[in-house]
Amino acid sequence: MKPAVPRASRSQLAIMVERVIEGLVYICGISAIIFVFGIFFFVFKEGAPFLAKLNFTEFFFSKEWIPTSSVQPKYGIGALIVGTVSVTALAMLIAVPFGLGAAVFVSEFCTGKTKETLKITIELLAAIPSVVWGFIGLSVMSPVIISVFHVPVGVNLLNAALLLALMSVPIMVSIGEDALKAVPDSYREAGIALGATKWQLIYRVLIPAAKNGLLAAVLLGVGRAIGETMAVLMATGHAVNIPDSIFDPVRTLTATIAAELGETSHGSPHYQVLFLIGVVLFSITAVVNLAADFIVKGIKRK
Amino acid sequence: MFTETPFIRKKKRNEVIAKCFFGFMAAAMVIPLFLIVGYIVVQGAPAISWEFLTENPRSGGAKGGIWAAIVGTFYIVFFSLAFSAPIGVLAAVYLNEYATENWFTRIVNLAVVNLAGVPSIVHGLFGVGAFVYFANFNDGKKSIIAAALTLAVMTLPVIIASTKEALSAVPRQFREACWNVGATRWQVIWKIVLPNSISGILTGVILQVSRTAGETAPVMLTGVATYKLLDSTGLFLYHPIKDQCMALSMHLYYIATQANNVPKATPFAIATVLIGVVLIVNAAAIAFRVYLRSRKKW
Repeated sequence: MKPAVPRASRSQLAIMVERVIEGLVYICGISAIIFVFGIFFFVFKEGAPFLAKLNFTEFFFSKEWIPTSSVQPKYGIGALIVGTVSVTALAMLIAVPFGLGAAVFVSEFCTGKTKETLKITIELLAAIPSVVWGFIGLSVMSPVIISVFHVPVGVNLLNAALLLALMSVPIMVSIGEDALKAVPDSYREAGIALGATKWQLIYRVLIPAAKNGLLAAVLLGVGRAIGETMAVLMATGHAVNIPDSIFDPVRTLTATIAAELGETSHGSPHYQVLFLIGVVLFSITAVVNLAADFIVKGIKRK
Repeated sequence: MFTETPFIRKKKRNEVIAKCFFGFMAAAMVIPLFLIVGYIVVQGAPAISWEFLTENPRSGGAKGGIWAAIVGTFYIVFFSLAFSAPIGVLAAVYLNEYATENWFTRIVNLAVVNLAGVPSIVHGLFGVGAFVYFANFNDGKKSIIAAALTLAVMTLPVIIASTKEALSAVPRQFREACWNVGATRWQVIWKIVLPNSISGILTGVILQVSRTAGETAPVMLTGVATYKLLDSTGLFLYHPIKDQCMALSMHLYYIATQANNVPKATPFAIATVLIGVVLIVNAAAIAFRVYLRSRKKW
C-alpha cells in the first residue's frame, strides 16, 4: 500500500502570474529583433519618398554634394563615401599592427597583475566618449600635426585616422586576446619543445591558429571606425573633398548626417537624402558585423 | 647540467627583443592616452570650481557654469536606463533560461549582434523617425524622452550581453535543485538565479551609465539643445516630455566648435568633468566586479 502523499497544487492565480511573466519575458526576448527591424523600417520610411526622384548613379558616384543650393541642389555622396573609406583605411593601417601587437603582448608576455592592469587600462581607453576624442583632435592633435608636418591645417584625414585608431584599438585587443587565449597550450608547448623562438612561435604557430579570431577583431574595429561620428565630425576638417594626401580635409557619411540634419525641415528632399545615407550606413555596418560574428561562431563550433 | 651556449644566449636575447617589440606596441596605445588625458586635466582643472559646476550657463555658454548640462545628462541617463535595464535583463533571461537551441534563438542572437553594431548616428535617425515624429511625444519637436528612448535602444544589446554572461555563470545545479522541490521556472529565476547573478548584472548596467553620459550624436538629433536653461520655478527642473535639455557631451561639442568668446580653459574644463564622470563610473564598476569575484562562493 502506498503512503498517501498530499499533492501540492498551485492556485489558479499563481499559474496566471507565471503565464503573464513568461509572456513578458518572451516579448523582451524578441525585442532585439523588433528594434533591428524597427531601425531599418523607420530610417527607410523617412528617406523612402526621395527614392523615386533618386538617380542611383549620381547618388553613389557623383562627388557633388550641394544639398542647400536653391537653384539646383545636388545629392552625390561619392566624396563622402571616399571620405569614410579613406579615414577608416588609414585608421586601420595604424590600428591593426598596434592593436594585434598589443593583443599578443597582453596574451603571451604578461601574467598576473600586469595583465590585469593592462586590460583594465585598455577598458578605460574604450570608455572615453567620442566627443572627447573629437575635442582632443581639435585642441591637442591639430596643433601637434601643424608643427610636426608643417602643414597649414591640422584638422584633416591624418588627425581623424589617428583618433579612430586609438578608439578602435581597445575592441581589437580584447577580441584578439580572446582569440589567442583560445589557442590550446599544447600548441605552445609543442613549439617550444621543438626549439622555436618566441618570434617563430608567434608567427608560425599562434597567429595562424588564431587567424579567424584576429580577423573578427579587425572587422569589429572596422565596423566601429565606419560608424564613428563625433570624432570625425570634429577632426576631419569636414570639407567635401576627394583627398590627394593624408593632410587634406575630408568629410564622412556619419558626420554629414550629424552636421546637417538639425538644419533641414521635416520631409524636405535634403532631410530624406540624409536618411537614405543612414540606410547605406546601416547596411554597410550590418554586413561587417555579421561577417565578424560568423567568423567568431565558426571558431567556437570547431 | 645546462651550460649557456651561444645558441641559448642568442635565444634569450631574441626573447627579450620580442618582449620589447610587443611591449612597445601596447605602450604606443596606452601611453598617449595618459599624456592626452593628463594634458586635458591640467588645462581644465583650474577652471573647475564649485560655481562652475552649480551655476547655469550665461551669455550663450561663454560665461557661468554647466549646471544645466549636468542635470540634463542625469535626466537622460536615468530615463534611458529605466527603459533599457529591465528590458535588457528580461531579454537575457529569455535567451539564457527559456530559449532552446534552435533557429529562432539564433536569429534573436544575430539581431542582438547586429543591434550592437549599428552606428550611433543611425540610432539617432531612428530616434527622429520613431520617437520624435511617429510617437510624437512633443508635437514633432525634440524631447528628453525621445533622446532617452533612443539611447535605451542603443544600450540594450550591451546590457543583454553582459546580463547573459552573468546568468550563465550561475551553476546549473542551483536550478536543478529548485526544480526538484517543485519550483516553477519563474520562481527559480526570481528567487535563485537573479539574486546570485545580481552583481554581474549591475556591473554591466553601471558600465552603460558612462556610455549614455558620453553619447552625443544620437541625442543631439532627438532631444538635446545647445542652450536650454533650467526652469527654476517648476516642480521638475526639466519636463521629461515637453522639454529639451542640455547635456555635458553636447555642451562640449558646442563650446569647442560653435560658441563665441569662450575662455580657452572652458572646453578643457567640460572635457575634464566628462572624463572624470566616465572614469569614476567605470572604475567603480571594475572595483565592484573585482570585489564580488573575490567573494564568490562557488
